Amino acid sequence: MTTLAAAQIDDIERRHPDVFHQPLVKRFAAPLGMICLALYTIYVWWFFSIGTVVANGNWNLAGNYLADWVSYEVRPDIEYESGDIEIKFPRFSPLGDDPHPDWIETRTGSVTVAADAPRNDPSKAASDGSFMSPASSATRTGDGEFSDMSSNSSATSTEIAVKKNVFEPQSVTETRNGITSAIVMYRGGTRLEVAADEVSVTRGGETLVLRIDRTNENVTPQGELPRWAVQKGEGLKVFTYFGFAGRAEVKWNEVKVYRRFLGWENFWFDTNSPFWGKSSPQVVALALSGERVDLDRANIAVMWDNIVNNAEWQHGDVWIKLLQTIVMAFVGTLFAVLIAFPLSFVAARNVTPNRFLNQVLKRVFDFLRSVDMLIWALFFTRAFGPGPLAGISAIFFTDAGTFGKLYSETLENIDDKQREGVRSVGASPAAVQRFGVVPQVLPVFISQALYFWESNTRSATIIGAVGAGGIGLKLWEAMRTNADWENVAYMVSLILVVVFVFDNISNALRSRLTGDT
Amino acid sequence: MERHWRQLNNTRRLYTILGLIGLAFALTASLWFANETNAGKFIDRLPHLFDFVGDMIPRDAFELWRALFDLESPYYDGSFQYDYPVGRVYIWGAFYVPEYLYKMMETLNIAVLATFVGFSFGFMLCFLAAKNLTRSRWLRFAVRRFMEVLRAFPEIVIAGFFLAIFSLGPIPAIIAVAIHSIGALGKMYFEVVENADMKPDEGLRAAGGNWIERVWFGIVPQVMPNFISYFLLRLEINVRASTIIGAVGGGGIGETLRLSISRGHEAKTLAIILLLFVTIICVDQFSAWLRKRIVGNQAFEFGP
Repeated sequence: MTTLAAAQIDDIERRHPDVFHQPLVKRFAAPLGMICLALYTIYVWWFFSIGTVVANGNWNLAGNYLADWVSYEVRPDIEYESGDIEIKFPRFSPLGDDPHPDWIETRTGSVTVAADAPRNDPSKAASDGSFMSPASSATRTGDGEFSDMSSNSSATSTEIAVKKNVFEPQSVTETRNGITSAIVMYRGGTRLEVAADEVSVTRGGETLVLRIDRTNENVTPQGELPRWAVQKGEGLKVFTYFGFAGRAEVKWNEVKVYRRFLGWENFWFDTNSPFWGKSSPQVVALALSGERVDLDRANIAVMWDNIVNNAEWQHGDVWIKLLQTIVMAFVGTLFAVLIAFPLSFVAARNVTPNRFLNQVLKRVFDFLRSVDMLIWALFFTRAFGPGPLAGISAIFFTDAGTFGKLYSETLENIDDKQREGVRSVGASPAAVQRFGVVPQVLPVFISQALYFWESNTRSATIIGAVGAGGIGLKLWEAMRTNADWENVAYMVSLILVVVFVFDNISNALRSRLTGDT
Repeated sequence: MERHWRQLNNTRRLYTILGLIGLAFALTASLWFANETNAGKFIDRLPHLFDFVGDMIPRDAFELWRALFDLESPYYDGSFQYDYPVGRVYIWGAFYVPEYLYKMMETLNIAVLATFVGFSFGFMLCFLAAKNLTRSRWLRFAVRRFMEVLRAFPEIVIAGFFLAIFSLGPIPAIIAVAIHSIGALGKMYFEVVENADMKPDEGLRAAGGNWIERVWFGIVPQVMPNFISYFLLRLEINVRASTIIGAVGGGGIGETLRLSISRGHEAKTLAIILLLFVTIICVDQFSAWLRKRIVGNQAFEFGP
């Protein structure tokens, strides 16, 4: 590499003084900008007290909510307050009524419970995988067998004395056939063994044994608590976490089980549907041939009806709301184009040589544009009631202003030669516009309209949430309950598909119009 | 030859007419559908179209100023509707910022911070998505798709998700608007980068500059004016977006406006609308002026 002599350097410096002697401001523009940015960030950090808010966020909830997008939880409660174990599923459980999942094993035997304790039917919670007695013997066999506490020599594996109620005449107990222990199996080898006086949890080789004292209503861990278990205070309930597989809360009277499964539960048929719980070949077979489920209608019609009216996923309603959003964007943009097209000719200085009219129209466009879409949406929701009409009007008013401004600016920048040419052959003023102006600007106009159509599909989602119709409100309601994140995920994926499809359509149309590629 | 031309012309006309008929049909169907699924029917509600004007006329002209600057109202009857001083935000002693100005500032700060975040990340990502700087096809593809998803993901869902974590407040709004800005700015930026002059880059490469040096000294100086221009455009959009996100729980002026309209406080509503209107015009004018200074008239040419 050749080295520059001092004279050469001077020479270069003389030839390019603007590079070597920049004003101070320009020279320090980058560091100054960074300092300003840093100062502003500190200010905003203080203004919104970002640090405290982020620290106080419910971060462990965030993980659950995110997991809810692609999975669901089944939440049975294993109750043992009376001494007898009873497994209860909440109403509207994704497993339907009276489920017997194979990940809960129960063992039956005779249990001793307080005489007036509610009698549980062990068949309710029995599972097919367990080695329980046959269903016929599941009815109570120990009926009327009273035994004294002191002389309790029966072969019960669990001895239970319920003294919850101190006024109860003591030691009046009953021994009967019931569930003596239940085992919940989570994914990854995690097990939860529940007996009425002891709950043991095994995760990753570690076993935590919790003694349950129902008399004093407390839970005592035996030994050190592992990393994945939390007890807020002595004797209080113990939380155990198994990561994605779920969690469990051990209380003195029950264990709340949360077991997570990957996937969207009951996506096609809800638990009330006759097709629920059938495998897809079975469903296909039923749809094509097979006995009619409903004598009046073909199976496929019943099926379609069940899918559309699925109580959990509300497919029909979601589709209608999504269509509303699409319609809002489409009609709003189209009307805005139709009204802005003629008005922009009046607003353009070079087409309509009337200064007053130009200015008035341009200010009207500015006004329409500057009033936020939110304000229009709120007002039209009041005028038309909640629904897509309000959304259409809001998009129409905002975009009429935007298009008016863009179109009139485009018109003011056109090439005058074509217009002169048409005029020179004696064409009427209307024909001059039609053949001298419109062919030049039409591709630009349409490509702008398409661009806004696409972006309005997105904004229509948001204004829907304030009541202007469309899927926005439905999304908002699903999120507010904090329990339906899988429905949110479903709607978001539908929206993403629609946006991508429209994006591609509008891109294809635009590149054909403007002629590049 | 004339016959051929006429034939072509007829075909073209036929396509145009068919297209227009299709459009008209879609429009009619859409309108019918919109009217059918709306809570109130268009024709029935038309006479009530200007009802809202009645909701906006204050009892006298000065009420507007009193509401805007939180001054005491002569109509004060113990109700919240005329209790303007209640919203004052005391900064120091008796010195206060009127409620709506404070809320407007909140919204503006949401927008500015979100745009800054979008700018920073968009800046970092755009060079990886540009064809002329990133040779790896897979990296380019991944970055582009990532930005597309950020752009298309509904803002309201991001806001709703973070509202569930942070409870009500402006931070979910910042995150939502920022994430959208990253995608939108990133896309515009990589298009600018792809159109950049590659001669400085070549020079730096000949002198042995590494990738970062080439980008920083060869590309960034050329594209920075355009970047800043797009940043300002995005700022205008984000001011509007943060108002809307505010109305669905993100704090700021949007929420105040929604509450005020639903409660029917006419003077307060009018004051907020006026404030919002003036602010948006100011932001637009400021950004237009700055863009003109930075890139000249090119900034006003249309191009997504």
